[in-house]
Amino acid sequence: MSTALLDKAPAAEAPPEDRRPRRNITPWVLLLPGLLWLILFFLIPILTSVSASVQTGNFDDGFKLTWHWANYADAIKPYWRQYLHSGIFSVATTVLCLALGYPVAYFIAFKGGKWKSLLMALVIVPSFTSFLIRTIAWKTILADNGFVVRVLNDLHILGVTRRLGITVGTHVLASPGAVVCGMVYNFLPFMILPLYTSLEKIDPRLLEAGNDLYCGTFQTWRRITLPLSMPGVIGGTLLTFIPAIGDYINAQLLGNANTGVVGQSIENLFLRKTDGYPVGSAMSVIMMVGTLVLVMLYIRKAGTEDLI
Amino acid sequence: MATQTASPAPVSPAPLSKAPLKIRRRSPLAWIGDHILLAATVVIFIFMLLPNAVILVMSFNQPIGKYDYTWNQFSTEAWAHPCANQELCSSMGLSLEIGLIATLVSTALGTMIAFAMVRHRFKARSGINALLFLPMAAPEVVMGATLTALFFNTIGPGSLGFWTITIAHVMFCLSYVVVTIKSRLAGMDPTLERAAQDLYATPTQTFMKVTLPLVAPGIAAAALLAFALSIDDYIITAFTAGQRTTFPMYIFGSVQRSYPAQINVIGSIMLIGTMVIIAVSTVLGRMRATRR
Repeated sequence: MSTALLDKAPAAEAPPEDRRPRRNITPWVLLLPGLLWLILFFLIPILTSVSASVQTGNFDDGFKLTWHWANYADAIKPYWRQYLHSGIFSVATTVLCLALGYPVAYFIAFKGGKWKSLLMALVIVPSFTSFLIRTIAWKTILADNGFVVRVLNDLHILGVTRRLGITVGTHVLASPGAVVCGMVYNFLPFMILPLYTSLEKIDPRLLEAGNDLYCGTFQTWRRITLPLSMPGVIGGTLLTFIPAIGDYINAQLLGNANTGVVGQSIENLFLRKTDGYPVGSAMSVIMMVGTLVLVMLYIRKAGTEDLI
Repeated sequence: MATQTASPAPVSPAPLSKAPLKIRRRSPLAWIGDHILLAATVVIFIFMLLPNAVILVMSFNQPIGKYDYTWNQFSTEAWAHPCANQELCSSMGLSLEIGLIATLVSTALGTMIAFAMVRHRFKARSGINALLFLPMAAPEVVMGATLTALFFNTIGPGSLGFWTITIAHVMFCLSYVVVTIKSRLAGMDPTLERAAQDLYATPTQTFMKVTLPLVAPGIAAAALLAFALSIDDYIITAFTAGQRTTFPMYIFGSVQRSYPAQINVIGSIMLIGTMVIIAVSTVLGRMRATRR
């Protein structure tokens, strides 16, 4: 995905010398084709989905709008496990990404020196290799005869993680742990980038001032650095959480039959069943509304409505 | 959160100079803190780069049977015959084709939107901003599913294919293109264009000779981004593809069938290619900077 979201361009102000009050159609001519595209293929599909979610029928006889609200019950009841997994995996991923991403971003921003841009390139460049190939590489890394599993076994960690339900048997692959590992790996750059941008902006003299006023390293971080980097924390959290909640690639490639997530079920209902697409639409409407509500709650709690 | 907790103002000007500060009061705890931070960074970087190393190594593997997940023995077979697997290369071709069209269309439409948003005042700006932001904030599976619902309802499930994939790709690339070009446009010095007008350049001349060259790097970056997004997308593509198979879809399917070493070869080429492009552009940038 992208780094572009992070360059929060300050909305440029109007050219001040443009005083003429005449109506200008130029912007509308420029906007029209692109906006039409977004309306046709982004907004209208959402409305179609809402209508599709109360249809009944199958591929052979066609689908009819029958206001079959029971589709929503069918989209929730049999799939509660999937909702639970999606929720747990995406929250765990976001928290772990924050925990791993913050030190890296902090190190690059404050101790990177002349290596800053090289280190940031190392964060971004790997994403230019197909993310599927990189995710599948984890199959090799976490394989049973691989070095990771051997080390974890020797340290007797696998016994503990198995009891916690993170790994399965003596394997790491095909377990919830592997799914979260893959997700953290995939989304870490989306956390590091906004964190880095906001940390980079902090004037190092502020930290020195904190030190002068007898703040320890930790206290300086907690009372100066962390509050000032909050925009990055919020941005990174959203950039990680939103794609994570919809992701099913990691659950499919690194998980097992018991790690199903909502995305997988939606894909199944749409592409592998002949009459599943109304229920699939209901599921995607639920997911859309759920994500929106969660994100709004988070933004309100974090107190930065003007962030986006 | 409160951001005004610390302001540099109350500090007297003298201690602000950096030199005397460095000598003072570096507790051993801070030393450990610094090195823990370094160690953590190194470990996390290994975590981030390990899969790429594995891809490179495994591209030289001679797989046993169908699967290429464990090391067997060294071989350059896959590098010598990257297209031994026909389906792999034809899916790559399809992805490139879609990627190029999606890039062209989304960059053109996005550039127009970016110019309208930065250079013009009009009503409904905030509404349009929200519309542009939403596709970046929606989970991919939702976009894929809703778009499929639209296509099922209008053209029917059988008509999904090349054009529905391309339409979807243009849709999700558009917002990223707009954001990228907007930030370039907003950061541009407006006086340069005014200077051109002062020197009797017509609006067209100003645009072609001043504005466009200045925005060009932003447009190029946006196009590259759109291409990267398009070529790497699995989820939305899977929903809109019908019977076609793009490169990511081929890889995804190959996990169930067989995973040839050629996939790792292509992964390695992508990585090396990006690094070469970045190295060349850095060197060129340095050369241009020193020449001035």
